[in-house]
Parts: sequence; structure tokens; C-alpha cells
Amino acid sequence: MTCDDSRSVLHAYLDGELDAPRAAEFEHHLESCASCTRSLEAEESLRSSIQHARLYEPVPRGLENRIRRQLRESSVPFGGPKFALWRWLAATAALLLFVGVGWKALEKSRQGSEPSASIGALEIVDAHIRSLQPGHLTDVTSTDQHTVKPWFNGKVPFAPPVRDFAAEGYPLVGGRLDVLDGQTVAALVYGRRKHFISVFVWPEPSTEAEQSTGAKRGYQWISWKQDGLRFCAVSDTNRDDLAAFKNLFSR
Amino acid sequence: MQDREQFDQLVLPHLRAAFNLARWLLRSREDAEDVTQEALLRAFRFFSGFHGTDARAWLLQIVRNTCYSWMEKNRSMQSAVEFDESLHLSPLPGPEAQALAGSDRERLTKALEQLSPRSREVIVLRELEGCSYKEIASITAMPIGTVMSALARARARLHELLARPSSKEAVRDV
Repeated sequence: MTCDDSRSVLHAYLDGELDAPRAAEFEHHLESCASCTRSLEAEESLRSSIQHARLYEPVPRGLENRIRRQLRESSVPFGGPKFALWRWLAATAALLLFVGVGWKALEKSRQGSEPSASIGALEIVDAHIRSLQPGHLTDVTSTDQHTVKPWFNGKVPFAPPVRDFAAEGYPLVGGRLDVLDGQTVAALVYGRRKHFISVFVWPEPSTEAEQSTGAKRGYQWISWKQDGLRFCAVSDTNRDDLAAFKNLFSR
Repeated sequence: MQDREQFDQLVLPHLRAAFNLARWLLRSREDAEDVTQEALLRAFRFFSGFHGTDARAWLLQIVRNTCYSWMEKNRSMQSAVEFDESLHLSPLPGPEAQALAGSDRERLTKALEQLSPRSREVIVLRELEGCSYKEIASITAMPIGTVMSALARARARLHELLARPSSKEAVRDV
């Protein structure tokens, strides 16, 4: 091996990327070549000072949590990024077909379908899950219906009915604004033992089915209409509790 | 939510490597924080396309690309790749001080930051991350043979920068 050859493999040798025969050849050359030996030593010394200088940059505090939070928020409904484009298209086509066939005809079989023609169950369930992140549950926190109700004035173009059901075991926690499918909706938050119930409220023309229920991602939802408004209650409490809550709310 | 779990298990553990690479490429912890965050979100979006076994190399590739896009966008701020070292290098400390690891760290940091991004990334991947040539090739989209010559060049430049006295007088004639 000549010095030129040696220089061309020196870095591969240093980095442990030479196969055994070529490494042996290189070492053999070093025995008789002071200049290449010095070059190798210089590289080894550079490497060792880099290693000793603690240049590895520690991750800033809180970065991982921030990323985890963002990942949660950006998680695509329908179960993440594996939901490929064609499936979205298929879902959209199916939805259009569904609407095209005629909502009315399907009314009777709507148990477990969607809470509304305009807003899907998953979207509502996801909005509820998002609201459970720290600091997202309510914009106005009050058990007083006379505080929560006026808070919505001027924020949504309708007046959601707000009542407290603490005496019945469903205390009012507060309210917030949410955006579902580009539409600003009111959300009322109630407690049920250790669970929360979000009631989403938005105005809806009267051609919709009256009532439907279902479950998604382990959350129950129940949707009904009253006075030109669509209501959809979502919670991880059990179905009976949610049905009782609905009866109370729509009474 | 199976994807989230898999992503958490396979990719998130390499956050450290991701941040380290971004910090050295961008030469700023603040920018690296933003870019790392952006890169992780991109990685999550592309996660369904990851079928390999080396999640670290896969993630670092995305981090690298995100860094380069970022540098492209902020070119005006980054234009001085080899920035004016007279402003950044403190006067050469005495021999005793030089022996201290702390000052070694400072000297090395400054030397590394003066390398071109291409040289810097191979050094960081090889010396700090311990990547093999094959991994470096896949992260940087270079042929394997080029990795070795890129490393050789980067190291030669580092020797040069470290040997150079950093006073203004000495820099002037470079």
C-alpha cells in the first residue's frame, strides 16, 4: 500500500468501515510509514476531543411534551394517517350517496349512524376528547347558568338553553366555543360523577332526523333536535346516564 | 390510534438525536426547537410510509430536510455560512485554560459552527450520533463513497480551524 492509498482509506479505517483484509493492509503500511501514522493519530486525537467536549445537545425541557400535545391535536380522525386518500374519497362518496338517496328514507335506521347530516360523530367525539386536554374544557367556567348563558351572547348567532342539573347529579361546569366542520358551535359542559359531558349546540334546518345515538372511540353520543337547534351530547359515562341526561336536558 | 402508539414507541425515542442534529445544522437552540417540532409532526404525517427498521435514520432524514428547507426560507439570516469569526471567537486563551474541557468545548463548538452545513452534518452524524457510513448515506442522500470523502474533507477543515489562532490579526489574511 502506498501513502496515497493509505490516505484514501484512513478515514474508513478510523471509522471502522474497512473490511478485515484491507484493515490489515493499512496497519501493515502504518508500521513502516511515520507520516501516515501521524495522520491517523491526529484524526484519533480530534475524535477524542470531540467525544470529550460533550457537544451532544440536550433536548430543551418541555419540548417532548409540546410535541406529544401537538401530535394528539393533529391526529387525523378515523384513526390516523393510515387512513389513505382513497378511503377518504370512498367515505366522501359514500356520504354523498347517503345524502343523495334521501335522508328521510333512512331515518328509521339511524341508530348508531351520525348525529347530524352536517357534522359527523367522530368529529364531535374528537372535539370532546380535545376539550379534555388541560385547559381546553371550558372558556367560561361557572356552575351558574346565569353566567354561562349570557357568555354566549354575540359569540354564536343563537341562544343555547343553559340550565344547571346539579340537583339531578349533572352539575353545570361551564361553556366554550368549538368549531365543528367549519361551523362555530356552542358547547356546554356538565359533570357526571368523574366524567364530563359535552353538549354541542348549533342551529339546524328542520329536515333532519329527530334523534340518533351511537358510540365512537369508547364515547357515547346522543343527538336530538329541539326548537330549531341540534343538540349532541358526548361522554364516556355509560349510555343510561347519558340517556337520562338527555331526557333531563330536553324536558 | 395504533399509529400513535407505534409512533411513540419507534420514533419519539429518537427525539434527542433529532434535536441534536437540528441544533448543529441551524446553529441555534431556539430555531432547532421549532424545526424539530415541525419535523416530528411531518414524520407523524408520513409515518404510514415508514416500513423500514431504522426509525432513527428515517427520522433524521426528515429532520435534515426540514432544516434545509428552513435555511432556504431564512437564507438572508443564514447567508454567512462561514460567519465572521472575529466577532464570535474569543481571544485565544492561555495554554492552561486551553487544557480545560470547557474551553475545548467552546473551541470545538465554534469550529464546528464554521463548517459548511454539509460538512457539519457528516461530523455530527458520525462523531456525535455514531452513525455508520451506510446510515449517513441514507440520511443525507449521498452515495456511500461520498460519505467518506465528505468526512475526510470536514475533518481536514476542522483541523485547520482548530490550529488557527483566533485573534483578528491572524484572521485577516485568510
